[in-house]
Amino acid sequence: MNARLLPYILILPVTLFLCLFFLYPFVLVAAQAFTTGDGFSLENFREVVGYWKFPISLKNTLLLAAAVVPVQLALALLMATMVNRMRRGRDLVLYIWTIPLGISDLAAGMIWLAIFEQSGFLNTILGAVGAIDRPVNFLSYQHMGVVFLAIALAEIWRATAIMLVILVAGIGLIPKEYYEAAEVFGAGPWQRFRRITLPLLRPSLQTALVLRVILAFEVFAVVAALGGTLFPVLMSETYAYQFDLLDSGAAAAMALIILAISIASTLVILRVLRVPKGASI
Amino acid sequence: MTVTPSTDTRRAGRILYGAGVVLLCAWVLGPIYLLVVNTLSSPETVNTFPKPLIPEFDTGSLRFFLEFAGMLSALKNSVLVAGLTMILSILIGAPAGYALSRFDFRGKQAFRMLILLTRAFPLPLLALPLAVMFIRTGLDDTILGLALVHTTLAVPFSVLITYSLFSGIPLELEEAAWTLGCTRVSAFVRVVLPLILPGITASAIFAFVISWNEVFAAAVLTIENRTLTAFLLQNLDTSPLHLKFAGGFILVVPALIFIFAVRKYLFAMWGIANR
Amino acid sequence: MAEIQIRNVAKQFGSYTALRDINLTIADQEFMVLLGASGCGKTTLLRIIAGLETATTGEVWIGGRRVDHLPPRDRGIAMVFQNYAVFPHLTVFENIGFGLRMRRMAETELRQRVERVAELMHIEQLLKRYSGELSGGQRQRVAVARALAMEPDVILMDEPLSNLDALLRLEMRTELKGVLAESRTTAIYVTHDQVEAMSLADRISVMHQGRIVQAASPIEVYRNPATEFVGGFIGNPPMNFLPARPLGEGRWQVAGLVVDGPRLDKPLHFAIRPEDLRPAENGLQARVRVVEPLGAHVLVTCDVDGAMLRAVLDSDISLNPGDRLTLAPQPDRIRWFDPETTRAVH
Repeated sequence: MNARLLPYILILPVTLFLCLFFLYPFVLVAAQAFTTGDGFSLENFREVVGYWKFPISLKNTLLLAAAVVPVQLALALLMATMVNRMRRGRDLVLYIWTIPLGISDLAAGMIWLAIFEQSGFLNTILGAVGAIDRPVNFLSYQHMGVVFLAIALAEIWRATAIMLVILVAGIGLIPKEYYEAAEVFGAGPWQRFRRITLPLLRPSLQTALVLRVILAFEVFAVVAALGGTLFPVLMSETYAYQFDLLDSGAAAAMALIILAISIASTLVILRVLRVPKGASI
Repeated sequence: MTVTPSTDTRRAGRILYGAGVVLLCAWVLGPIYLLVVNTLSSPETVNTFPKPLIPEFDTGSLRFFLEFAGMLSALKNSVLVAGLTMILSILIGAPAGYALSRFDFRGKQAFRMLILLTRAFPLPLLALPLAVMFIRTGLDDTILGLALVHTTLAVPFSVLITYSLFSGIPLELEEAAWTLGCTRVSAFVRVVLPLILPGITASAIFAFVISWNEVFAAAVLTIENRTLTAFLLQNLDTSPLHLKFAGGFILVVPALIFIFAVRKYLFAMWGIANR
Repeated sequence: MAEIQIRNVAKQFGSYTALRDINLTIADQEFMVLLGASGCGKTTLLRIIAGLETATTGEVWIGGRRVDHLPPRDRGIAMVFQNYAVFPHLTVFENIGFGLRMRRMAETELRQRVERVAELMHIEQLLKRYSGELSGGQRQRVAVARALAMEPDVILMDEPLSNLDALLRLEMRTELKGVLAESRTTAIYVTHDQVEAMSLADRISVMHQGRIVQAASPIEVYRNPATEFVGGFIGNPPMNFLPARPLGEGRWQVAGLVVDGPRLDKPLHFAIRPEDLRPAENGLQARVRVVEPLGAHVLVTCDVDGAMLRAVLDSDISLNPGDRLTLAPQPDRIRWFDPETTRAVH
């Protein structure tokens, strides 16, 4: 076999596959979003944006991302630095902390439902300490704050692990000498974290944030399990267009809007956390 | 040194640190424990108030779950789709990972961009047009159809993971095999494959779990042949609590095994896939 | 019988030229060392001979057979790698027998062969171990044994000792020389270590910027370097070069000293090895800058007419920075180079 052709033969399957199941459907979504019965039109976009639920679902999605992602970032950084200086039990702790990585958003929704539902554990505990007389139906429209909190907690619980893994891997790439050098020059633990870990971790922070933010805009099953129709988000609206309203043009338009938000935020993250040329490890 | 002024603060710091670790472990494990309590309680207990914080080890909820109409076939579908996804994404992804780790070729950067690009897209959305395409090709509502979509989700990861795994195997080992009488293929089979097998298994399990957990595309693309996630989502409004919890439990079990099985590779995988 | 011929071999990596027009013949059973600094192309040349790299142009012949279109397995070679490349999933026995298995050698013969080679390399007690349980030196032995077991026409070695610590390197060097002489295999050995090259080689090819600048016996390379580069690269400390002005009739003025040299009428470089300088009544007027005792000898760095000159002298001499010193070159060791071409002139 010709050695020059070999790499192309090896990447051919995956390239074909992605063209067929990634690029092509993407073109189809775009085409569908921009056409109605007779050629090019923005009618689909006008329709979904004009719908009364759109601003609410957009606001909910963005609010949720804004509430969840910073907490996850802080938590993941804290956990990663804790693991980094751990000597005994590191493997066990890491195993436990990364368990949610394998848990689906739907299952995570179920787990937090067990806590927040009317006969759930939160009510049980509140009842036991005498804070309430009767179980409260937290996941109802009278308690929108709690609904939001439950969804946010479930998301933080479920999806911090992915950031943790990326950050732990990234911290592992930073040579120990830098810390020793910083210590010799008189930097305390907090300064070492700020002046060494954070800047050198920028590529990992980029990856972690991009991945996490994109997933945050796709939030769906957790919301469906905990909030149902109480708390519309962009993905659940897309699902509703496709299935309940059977309007695939509108669903495609929604998909493109989610995509646009994802790309915009990716660009912002890459810009803010850019690594100066030649300043990488 | 006779006096260390910071001894007390140090000790306090260590206690704080230990407490933090324990607290964070509890934060992860606590909710899972509560789900287990619910799953191992009888349906009546699950629906009463207040709730016991210790499981009564009653299999009533699980039995109800397994006897629920359509649940078993949904479970079977989930396993089949995930299994197929696992096989497809390794078969398609691993050769590309090998190419990336071993060759410099024109278009390598563009190819890497394509792979990374897929991670930046809300992929499940692509299920929408694929639904139309599948109806035309007869793939709609089939195990294979959904597995193909899930492979799209999993294959970028399998490329990046196998890329980093292959990069961890020195080219020298392969070259040594070539000089000792191996062809490219036999060197791969005799030297690279045995060394990489555990890593490949880990990345296969990763693909399995991506498919196992996927909700949106599964719900969009299947009607009769629902997977477990799609089935649970569809019946979310109507199903009783004990069914939801038992379903959630069944979804969580593979996750626990998965993370345990791949824990050694989790970080190595991301360490290089980062770049 | 395995003579190796390299004919007009060149290698381009994109716009970078790694090798230019290499021509080299290595005799049967000869121990050839490719010596040069990193990036000089020596490893690339070795890999082209092995078949792990393809030459952009040119031919490689082994034992009268053109091999440059053949894969490594069909070239009759065996190779020892820099990082040993001992297969981690196989035992030492399986590693040494790997190539023989690929040839489908009968199991009893294979066992005998492996045991014999293992004994030769003193690793017979390690046969059941895995590479993770071996020290660097032991891995090195396994790698050599694995190559020897093939009974190849040619054995290729890519800096095989560079990852060992100094003492072990010395020991392995001696052992390698003995084992390879006994095996009567043609050997090509890549290194950047001139001492290793001197002690092992029948012939050294000094490489610089993708070219072979000199291919000769170690003593010839040392005594009569073909270019200033070779003189500076071989020998530690390197050769001294001083500007020389022609006085006519083969007489040359070198920093106040007049010496005999080639009958040429243009400025040349006068060259002398540090160990070929002696304190004398009449010679180069030097001012001592740094004195470094080396045990048996002392390395003296001096200033001669604004140029730097190093001398290795007996350690019984007592010198201090600032002292004046007169150093006489041993006349038959003086060499001349043309500063324009940097080549030796006779």
